[in-house]
Amino acid sequence: MGKVLMKGNEAIGEAAIRAGCLNYFAYPITPQSEVAEYLSRRMPEVGGVFLQGESEVAVSYMIFGAAACGARVFTTSSSPGISLMGEGISYIAAAQCPAVFVNIMRGGPGLGGILPSQADYLQATKGGGHGDYKLLVMAPASVQEAVEMVMQAFPLSEKYRNPVMVLGDGLIGQMMEPVEFPEHLRTEPSNKDEWATNGMDTRRSNQRNLVKTLYLVPEELNAHNLMLKAKYEQMEREEVRFDTYNLDGDYQVLLVSYGTMSRVCRTAIDNLKAQGLEVGMVRPQHVFPFPHKAVYEAAARESCRSVLCVEMCMGQMLEDVERSVAGRRPTSWYGKCGGEVPTPEEVMQAVKSLSLKS
Amino acid sequence: MGKTFARPEALAETITHYCPGCTHGVAHRLVAEVIDELGIRGRTVGIAPVGCAVLCYNYFTFDFQESAHGRAPAMATGIKRVRPDLIVFTYQGDGDLASIGMGEIVHAANRGEKFTTIFINNAVYGMTGGQMAPTTMPDQRTTTSPFGRKAAEVGMPIRVAEMLATLQTPAYISRQSVIKPKYITKARKAIQKAFTYQMENRCFSLVELVSTCPTNWGMTPVDAVKWAEEKMLPYYPLGEFKTPA
Repeated sequence: MGKVLMKGNEAIGEAAIRAGCLNYFAYPITPQSEVAEYLSRRMPEVGGVFLQGESEVAVSYMIFGAAACGARVFTTSSSPGISLMGEGISYIAAAQCPAVFVNIMRGGPGLGGILPSQADYLQATKGGGHGDYKLLVMAPASVQEAVEMVMQAFPLSEKYRNPVMVLGDGLIGQMMEPVEFPEHLRTEPSNKDEWATNGMDTRRSNQRNLVKTLYLVPEELNAHNLMLKAKYEQMEREEVRFDTYNLDGDYQVLLVSYGTMSRVCRTAIDNLKAQGLEVGMVRPQHVFPFPHKAVYEAAARESCRSVLCVEMCMGQMLEDVERSVAGRRPTSWYGKCGGEVPTPEEVMQAVKSLSLKS
Repeated sequence: MGKTFARPEALAETITHYCPGCTHGVAHRLVAEVIDELGIRGRTVGIAPVGCAVLCYNYFTFDFQESAHGRAPAMATGIKRVRPDLIVFTYQGDGDLASIGMGEIVHAANRGEKFTTIFINNAVYGMTGGQMAPTTMPDQRTTTSPFGRKAAEVGMPIRVAEMLATLQTPAYISRQSVIKPKYITKARKAIQKAFTYQMENRCFSLVELVSTCPTNWGMTPVDAVKWAEEKMLPYYPLGEFKTPA
């Protein structure tokens, strides 16, 4: 299969099937309803499960139930819907079940708007629901990358027995781009018999499995949380992923940006280069774990005078960027939230307004 | 003469955490007996609610998932849709099912999900400490209705079995009780029917069990049985509200 022109949301649905995920539960919400529409037709073709739940809350528990009995399963939603799923996601993380959640972000807070946004960064990367847990969060910047990340998300969720979130802004879901699907994922789901409630007969076992999140003994709950923490630390060691742009030369400004916003930044960087101002960029592809070291090293380069975090929200990733730069360089934010994607000219203006004196 | 009464294989040998006079133990045993009788222990997955029965998996010897408040029917949906060969049941109390989980149970029942729900109605929240439930009786005192439940303020108790029986899709809706032996025999029969219908791939089945909660009712176990029979059974009549066509 060569390149096809496909809408992001439909490509995400197809990618899941090609990753061997034949179970999808969802609730409609703009701007990602096309995933459900696509899969309502496609899942029956491949003998998969499609079910429209009565609410995002219920969907998150359909995912939990299916994941807990060992099935590869995923859902898609958008910001207000992800908030509702936050309850279930906390339980799934606590119960250590693999599952994939796609958030095609729209503007918030509240109903906000239906246009692209990156305002769920903190919710996605710092937990989102109650309790101490983290998601591995992948942030695609194109339809092609969304497809690849969705396909990688399943084995990663199984490696860590933890939910993985693919965090795309509304543009990733809504725009059409040429996309080439990788070969069908050949990895078989990991051995789930040790923990999944898939029926003792399935496992030929006399030992029952129990999937639970209640630990009434304080020492046991603390130990459980320490074990979860160790997993998140392993992710920080093994799953940092980022891309760089124009970092070879003597750049004066470092941009940190992800998703669609990072593509606008690339254009701004090219234009500024033509005008004689060198600007580099680190683009986190995984926003948890965050590429702290890469951002620090890029910021600490001798030529670099200032760091600018550009995002479609009021400065959420900025917290991670500031933490990475650790005071080594002045660090500021530029962005918009409400559905407007900042233009290259606006990003250029924001860069030019920085004080670049050494 | 062999053994005539033994612990079912599906029931664990352990000490109960339930209060004296609580009827959860009876309901657990009936479920376990039916699972043994139908020979389905190796392919059954139970789902525990939030409430006193959150720990019910401690008493069963087959696969179990623990749900969040009210969400057990959504979890059961997830399991049954991806593994239709498994036998799945939720075990839920009235705060769990009839309050916070009302949406999930109604939609699962209406979709005709092919699992079974055992619904314990004891007219009160148990584990959280005796607060008012949607099933609390008129004028019944609870820790959040200290002057008695006033219908003018919070409405009348919800009759879950009758309400779900208005839906076209469910296969079997029954209300029984576990407060006295004469009711327990019928309750066992109803649970056996519910699981059998599931094995026949029929749509949703629910057995509501009128139960007691002496601790939160502030009564002795004996008085609790009397109260349930006199106050609850007239309002919550026993019987089958929906059977397969």
